[in-house]
Amino acid sequence: MKMFIRVLALVLLVLFVSHPTAVASQVHAELAHGSQLAGGPVRSFELPPWEDVKDVLMLRNYNTKLVVLSTMILGVASGFVGSFLLLRKRSLMGDALSHACLPGIVLLFIIMASAGGSGKSLGGLLLGASLTGIIGVGVVMLISSTSRVKDDAAMGIVLSVFFGIGIAMMTMVQKTPGQSSAGLIDFIYGKAASMVLQDFVLLSGVAVVIAALCLLLMKEFALLCFDQTFGKCIGLPVYLLDVLLMVLVAAVTVVGMQAVGLILIIAYLVTPAATARFWTDNLRVMLLLSALFGAMSGWLGASLSALLPGMPAGAVIVLMAAVLFILSMLFGTSRGILKRVISHRQLKIKVGRQHMLRAVYELIELRYKTSAKLSLPNKPIHYANLLSHRTWSAASLGNLLRRGKREDHIEKFDGMHVSLTESGFGEAARITRNHRLWEIFLITHADIAPSHVDRDADSVEHVLSPEMVRELESALEAKIDTQVIPPSPHEFFVAGKLEGEKEL
Amino acid sequence: MEPSHSASHPLAIHDLTVAYHRKPVIWDIDLDIPEGKLVGVIGPNGAGKSTLIKACMDLIPRASGEISIYGKPYKKQRSLVGYVPQRESVDWDFPVSAQDVVAMGLYRKVGWFKPVRKKHLDKAREMLSHVGIEHLAERQISQLSGGQQQRVFLARALAQEAKFYMMDEPFAAVDAATERAIVSLLRELKNQGKTCMVVHHDLATVTKYFDWVVLLNMRIVDAGPTELVFTEENLRKTYGGKLSLLDEAAQAMRHGKSHK
Repeated sequence: MKMFIRVLALVLLVLFVSHPTAVASQVHAELAHGSQLAGGPVRSFELPPWEDVKDVLMLRNYNTKLVVLSTMILGVASGFVGSFLLLRKRSLMGDALSHACLPGIVLLFIIMASAGGSGKSLGGLLLGASLTGIIGVGVVMLISSTSRVKDDAAMGIVLSVFFGIGIAMMTMVQKTPGQSSAGLIDFIYGKAASMVLQDFVLLSGVAVVIAALCLLLMKEFALLCFDQTFGKCIGLPVYLLDVLLMVLVAAVTVVGMQAVGLILIIAYLVTPAATARFWTDNLRVMLLLSALFGAMSGWLGASLSALLPGMPAGAVIVLMAAVLFILSMLFGTSRGILKRVISHRQLKIKVGRQHMLRAVYELIELRYKTSAKLSLPNKPIHYANLLSHRTWSAASLGNLLRRGKREDHIEKFDGMHVSLTESGFGEAARITRNHRLWEIFLITHADIAPSHVDRDADSVEHVLSPEMVRELESALEAKIDTQVIPPSPHEFFVAGKLEGEKEL
Repeated sequence: MEPSHSASHPLAIHDLTVAYHRKPVIWDIDLDIPEGKLVGVIGPNGAGKSTLIKACMDLIPRASGEISIYGKPYKKQRSLVGYVPQRESVDWDFPVSAQDVVAMGLYRKVGWFKPVRKKHLDKAREMLSHVGIEHLAERQISQLSGGQQQRVFLARALAQEAKFYMMDEPFAAVDAATERAIVSLLRELKNQGKTCMVVHHDLATVTKYFDWVVLLNMRIVDAGPTELVFTEENLRKTYGGKLSLLDEAAQAMRHGKSHK
């Protein structure tokens, strides 16, 4: 849920910053320039023709192929690293890191520009980004280890201060005459469309190294995230691994900055991992799914942004990741909401069925039980007795009986009489036995009064597994014969006289 | 008796002081743990029991003092020491199964960069069967009960195949069946000649479970065989000032005596 709010906040932020303010209008102008492939005027949302859509999605268009492939590869790398970042509970650290990259970019730009170049060598700028990014993480660790300021506060401070310094420096650079610093702003919001072949090679090279390291060090990273104290005990260099993980996060951030921008890269790191967690409880599967979701967001997001002029790639990629996240939150097979709702409903149905069958059995027992030795005959009972046996409405009892008929537990019910089928009778006997075993167990082992035991047993018996029943049997062995159904340890409240005195 | 700190001791501590934010947590500890004993570390909350154990494994920095495991620093003796951390120290909502956690105890044997192989998982299952939950090997750890989680941690320590085990509150908040399982495991380890040092908080069971005790309250109040050291006088010194605990301690004493 926290993650969801986070993603929403990021989306809102994107919408906010993409409003035509002084800074953003510049971005728009460049975006329009960069994404001419679909034609059409800026900010018109005409749907592109199907042929174009197909070309872009199938990577047939050369211009978009590069962009889409790059973002997909980036998605795979960030999916791997992001999983560990999420499990290490360092998501916010990734955010602090990416924001701390900005001053480095501007600094290196100033240095390179004053050395005589254009100041726009990508390698140099990324070097600067990594430098201050890692310094930022170092400062966070320093603050939280040397003072009593907690991690989250330290990250909040570093994030905003470093970003603030970067913005201030950038404003200064822009005021310097004769300097073209226009490209710098792209690192903040990202500009996938401006990627060239060299960028692609750099990005995929880094991504392959990152993915390989994550897979090679999977068990080491897992131990770091799960139980670093134990890791330290067995001689794992946890501090080094922690630094390495942060370096990998920095690497993803730095190479991904061009495509999605440093503000949004954190969503790319965290969202696919959080999405994957809804589908699995297995770390290996989670890593693969996370990479898959990362690649899918990159593919869909970059394609969509190429098709809709004026749509910044970073924002669309993050939105696609958010869509996958929301779908997974709803439909995830491991911890999705729908799954929880369904299993809750199934439990409710099971409980209803067991109550109904046990009630019928108890009534047969009341009416026909003559001696403890003889087994009970499967005879019909009166509907009116069944209705008054538990506190249930005629409507809900009707539902239970109809379901019972579908499940072949109820032979027939006609408003007067209810009778069980062969399998229904067997099931009713089994359920009643479990209930009684549990009741006796509670009375003998938990000192619960016989008058309260029915209600208490009710809440547990439905989830008794076969092995628990066996355990109960062995616990109670001395007290009851394990083959027969023990008599109820408490009196039944019988509303009025049992109907059907005559044999049915 | 002055500790001799000889190399035959699983653990020898000389003049250990550990401070947190300049405030000493444990102070001037001088202690030898004899081999082959079940040692209980007893003391009130905040007495520094966990700190002592962690300092022994270099998990927290020490202000002064020397610690040796069988005569050498911990760094050189990792393979001889098994560790059971407090159950609450980790987030159990982690995407791994019980056998994956137990296999973590084998990582030194698996080696860097290499994946956990089938023989390691088989070993992990074997360790889980020692603590009676082999059938839960593939269950995700968040779906285990508290007692089962504690057993997983014990199995992981067993997988380390150590000579000297340090356990941090293994009996905290576990069910009666798990408590029995842990006790019989401790006795089994003792029969194999291994040494266990166990942080323990339930005074009533001390005489039943441990044959050696360390009474700790920032400093060592006393340490030695249970029947000599676990006395009313010593307990008053250990728990002194904490009045409600004093009652509890006195009661535990009577309880302990009546057991004999």
